[in-house]
This record gives sequence, C-alpha cells and structure tokens, in this order.
Amino acid sequence: MSEHIMSSKFYYTIWIALLCLTVITAAVSFVDLGPFNTIVALVIATIKALLVVLFFMHVKYTSEKLTKIVIVSAIFWLFLLLALSMADYATRLLS
Amino acid sequence: MLSDSPIAVEQHGPELLHHFVDAEQQRDAASLGMWLFLATEIMFFGGMFCAYLVYRYWYYNEFAAGSRSLDIYLGTINTAVLICSSLTVALGVRAAQMGKRKLLVILLLLTIVFGFAFLAIKGVEWYDKYKEHHVPGHSFNASDLEKPPYSNGGIDQQHEQIYFSLYFAMTGLHALHMIIGVGIFMFLTYYAWKGRYTPKYYTPVEIGGLYWHFVDIVWIYLFPLLYLIDRKPLR
Repeated sequence: MSEHIMSSKFYYTIWIALLCLTVITAAVSFVDLGPFNTIVALVIATIKALLVVLFFMHVKYTSEKLTKIVIVSAIFWLFLLLALSMADYATRLLS
Repeated sequence: MLSDSPIAVEQHGPELLHHFVDAEQQRDAASLGMWLFLATEIMFFGGMFCAYLVYRYWYYNEFAAGSRSLDIYLGTINTAVLICSSLTVALGVRAAQMGKRKLLVILLLLTIVFGFAFLAIKGVEWYDKYKEHHVPGHSFNASDLEKPPYSNGGIDQQHEQIYFSLYFAMTGLHALHMIIGVGIFMFLTYYAWKGRYTPKYYTPVEIGGLYWHFVDIVWIYLFPLLYLIDRKPLR
C-alpha cells in the first residue's frame, strides 16, 4: 500500500473500460465461434480481473513485495488445484 | 529525585501502534494480512470452481442448456452494478486518502446501495428459477429446457440438477460474501461519519475495499462461467 493518490479521472477510465468489456463479453457470446467462445469469455474475464487487481486494489503501485508473492502463490495454488484435478478427470475413461 | 524517567512514554494514535517501526510498515502489514485472507478465499471458491470444471467437462449439454435458461440481461446488469460499486469503493479510498470526510461517507453509502441492488436483482433471478422448478430437489423439473442441437438424446434430469446445484451454491456463496461486505461497509460508513479516518489513518477503508474488490472479481468469473456457456443461436 502506498501513499500514491491517483486522479479520479484515472479511476473513471478503468470503470469505463470494465463496463465496455462486460458489454463485449455478453455480445460476443451470441456469436458462434466454436470452442473459442469459452476462451474469449475467460480472456475478457481475466483482463477485467487484472484491471481491478492492478488499479482498484493498487497492486501495481505497492512497494511491498511480500504482497505480490502472496497473490502470485495464491493463483499458482488455484492453478495446481484445477490443472491436477483435470489431469485426472480428463484422462479417465468413463464407462 | 525521580524527575527524569528513563522510559519515554510516547502517545500513539491508531495510525502507529507501538509495535510497528513506522506508519508505512503498519499499513503494509495490514494489507498483507488481508491479502493472505483473500488467498484462502481464492482456495475456498476454488473448490467450487474445480467441481464446476469437472462436471461441465462431463455434462456439457446439460450445462449449456441450464446456462441458456438464465437471464443474461439481469446477469449483465448485475455485473455492471458490481463494477459501479467497485468504482465507488476505489473513489472512496481516494477520498479517505485526501481527508474528504463527506465525500467518503457518500461514496461508502453509494457502495452499500449498489450492494443491495445486486442482491435484489439476484433475488429476482432466484425467484424466477424457483417458479420455473429449476431449484434442485423434490420438485425439480427441467423438461422445459431446450436441448442443444448437437446433443444426441435428451437432457438428463439428474445431470441438469448438478448444474443448478452448482449455480445456486456458487451464486449463494457469492451473495453471502456480498451480505458480509455490505455489513462491513455499514461499519465503515458509521466510523467515517464519526471522523475516525484521516489521511494518516484510513487502513480499515483500504482493507474493506480490498475485500469488496475481491468479491467483485469472483463475480467477474462467475458471470461468463454460469451465464455465457453457450448462447449461440439454436438452429
């Protein structure tokens, strides 16, 4: 957490970007992109989450490296949970 | 005789408790503690996302049909409502940093209003599902759902219930976090009104804000995963 005070204009810009991405993801879901529908939806969700984490939650401006380590490890553990579970279920033969 | 006390007794405010070196260290410690809590929250929701992933992989047709039965307009509006609430939180932390008490109170109240708006819209959606007999259990009936054209066979009622179980569990757990968030923000508003937060000490506003933004991020992922699985026009 830093003493860095952003201008309110900056926050409005992030807000507009988040709203636009929300409309885009809803609209794109009606277009048939085959398997890419899911990929596009998740990429847009991740961009939105990054905007919130970096700018609204001030992670981009924090000087505290420990905080960043905690965030990266949390995402890594979540990745382990999902990836290793799917490595099992996706290779299992269902009778 | 004992005029010079060897121990200097300093007066500390809440911005610098005696066991911290300086105010910045105290703020960083509070922020780190909140992030550690949010890391456990990621794993808490992660278990549900994992269950979702496995069942979506197994029963894709039922998940697609269930997803199509949700109200995408209410879902999109609710996403926008949460994004607006995140903006008011971010601006509220900024108001606290600058010591604008009235602005901070107004922004915190706006956040609470957006929180209630989200919960109200969610309640309408849940009630619609209740009326359509899409709540898992005794009276569950999903025979009205359109089956995707690429699927062979009909929709398995048991598998459809798994989709709606996950829908209610995930949105329910998220709504519980929203209710707790609204409660936290009511406390913050009260103390902001009393003038406890100053540019030197606004840690509770910042920490509460981190929690609110996290709950927003969970919804940012829930929205495409639950509402947008398969919205392609059925031909």
